[in-house]
Formats: sequence, structure tokens, C-alpha cells
Amino acid sequence: MAQSLVKEFTKGLWAEIPPFRLVLGLCPVLAVTKSVENGIGMGIATTFVLIFSNFLISLLRNVIPSKVRIASYVVIIATFVTIVELVMQAYTYELFLKLGIFIPLIVVNCIVLGRAEAFANKNGPILSIADGLGMGIGFTASLAALGAVRELLGNGTLTIWGGVPAFEMGANFLPFQFMVEAPGAFVGLGLMLCMMNLIGKK
Amino acid sequence: MREMINMIVVLTALTAFSGGLLASIQSGTEVQIENQILKFQKAPAIKELFPEATNDPLAERFTIKKDDIELQIFPGKLSDGSKVVAFETKGTGFGGPVGLMVGIDLETDQIIEVRVTTHSETPGIGSRAKDDLSFVSQFAEKSIDTNFALKGDNGEIDAISGATVTSKAVSLAAIQAKEIYQKLKPEIMKQIK
Repeated sequence: MAQSLVKEFTKGLWAEIPPFRLVLGLCPVLAVTKSVENGIGMGIATTFVLIFSNFLISLLRNVIPSKVRIASYVVIIATFVTIVELVMQAYTYELFLKLGIFIPLIVVNCIVLGRAEAFANKNGPILSIADGLGMGIGFTASLAALGAVRELLGNGTLTIWGGVPAFEMGANFLPFQFMVEAPGAFVGLGLMLCMMNLIGKK
Repeated sequence: MREMINMIVVLTALTAFSGGLLASIQSGTEVQIENQILKFQKAPAIKELFPEATNDPLAERFTIKKDDIELQIFPGKLSDGSKVVAFETKGTGFGGPVGLMVGIDLETDQIIEVRVTTHSETPGIGSRAKDDLSFVSQFAEKSIDTNFALKGDNGEIDAISGATVTSKAVSLAAIQAKEIYQKLKPEIMKQIK
């Protein structure tokens, strides 16, 4: 039990890390990673939804009739996304403004529905929480990494939390504007995917 | 038959439960969200409307109730001594309500400026109503009696190209502001003195 728990948790961190290995949920990955802070915020919101939706769906997996399972999953996921949205509005309003439409769009993020269908549907609640947590942390780390590359090259800063840059390049650094714009997201993601595949090659 | 009943029961129970949960969370966070909107949306908008205000319109805000209208009023005093008010109205846009903060001079009945506050319009399209000031500047220094409908509806406001629905929401909010102001002006004057 303990061994498979660790296995389900760690697979989300490297072997099946969502945006790179599964190449799922790319819409928020590309759109919000203009800074590390946005990436972390989006990652935490998604992780929260993943853990709770995985847990609840796994608890109810024998109750939900298979013909209406997708509808039921969407109801459960949408509920948790709305909770995240309300809580973010109440306590981290500035971040909520930056992430904007991408918070409600977690409902249609393929990772969340994908884990519900591929994992929580077939496994117990504890394993499903481990799976959700691992996937969530993997997703957050990927967004933060891509955000770091784009923000550092495109803006010359690194903003971890709270809107104040934790690190700034010297005054001589000329920002590579392209990286914080939309095409930069594709190029950044593509290069990181390429590196991941290079390292992972056996 | 049994299977169908089973599906109906499970889905109904799920949606009812999630509805109840969300309602309770919303009522729990309502006050806090209201404060955040005041701080991050209304306060900057008011500051842009009345950059020369000598008082604090936020701290002096009051609420007027008449018939079924309940309106939060932000009174301001400008450095040249003129009295102004700001309040927010809403029009329905592409992704939900679009808030419009309207600043009006009480003596001349002229709109000073307007600013879009809360909205959930498409980034880069409808959101230009907020970010591109050339659209909202069309309302500035116009008499409150102006026809704020879009030009396509025989009004005086140029819509943002590609964002007609959002432009219409802002225009409707301005028309609503006009109606509310004309109806509530006596009450506002009484409160301000």
C-alpha cells in the first residue's frame, strides 16, 4: 500500500508530469506563464481542484452510473473551481485579476477530467488523493519553470509571490520581449519539451 | 427503468449538494469580495475620475434607497470647489455584467469621466473597453442628457470594432446612469448639502 502510494504520487512529478509528458491542459500553460507568480497561482488553483475532485469522484465511483459519469464529474469539478474562484476573489484579488478567465476555465482543463476518468474512477480515495497531489505539484512546477524562463528572458525579472520581483537582471540587460508574448510561450514550451525528451531518452 | 431512476437520483443529488455548498461559500465570502472590489476596482476608478479631489470619496460614501433602487454614492469635492458624485451602474456584456463608474458634476449636470470597473469580457477584445481609454473618453464632458446609445442605434457613441456587445453594455450602463441620476438627484443633493 505505502509503496504504491509513493509510486502514484511521484509519477506526476517526472514520469507523467502533465504538460510535458502527457501534453494535456496546454491552454493555461501557454496563456498564464508570463511570470513565475502567475504560474504558481494557476498551479495551486488547479492542484486544489485536482485533489478534491479526485477524492470525491473516487469515493462516489461505485455510486455514479457509468452512463452519466462525465456529467457527474463535470458537476463535481465545476463546484470546486467555483469555490477556488470565490476564495481567490476574496483573498488574492490581484492575482485573480491577472489570471482572469483562466480560473473558471479550469473546469475544462483536460488534466482534471483526465485524472478523474483514468485514475480516480478505478482507484480508492487515498490513492486518488496521492495521484491528484502528485499531478498538481508536477503541473505547478512546470508552470513555474516555464514562467521563470519566459519572465527572466522577456522581462529580466523573477517574481515569486506578491508582485515584487525577487530577482532582477542588471540595468544592462535588454529584455527579449518576444518571450512574454504569445508566440514565446510556444517556443518556450517546445524547447523545454525537447530538453525533457533529451534527458528522458534511454 | 431502474437504471434511469438511478441516474436521475444521482445527478439530482449531486447538483443539489453542489448548489447548497456553493451558496454557503458565496454568502461566507460576499463581504470580503465586496471589500476587495472596492479596493482594487472602484477606488482606482474614482481616483482617475477625480484626480483633484480634496476629500476622500471612498470614506465618505453613502447609500441611497428609493423605490427599488439601492445605490452607493461616492461624493467628491474638487480643488476648484465644485461638487461631484460618482456611482456605478451595470450593463450586460458578452461574459456577464460590465460595471461602469460614472463621475458627474452636480452643478452643470455634466459627465466628468467614466471608467469600466469589473468585467469578464474576452481578453484583448471586449477588455479594450477598459484598457483603451479612447472609447470611454467619448462620454467625458458630455451633458447627462446626451443620447448614450451606440451610433448604430441612432446614438452618439462609436462602438469598439469587433466588440459591439461590450460597447453596448457600456452604453446601456451609461443610459442607466442617466436615468438613475435624473431620478435620484434630489436625494443626492439632500445628502450632500
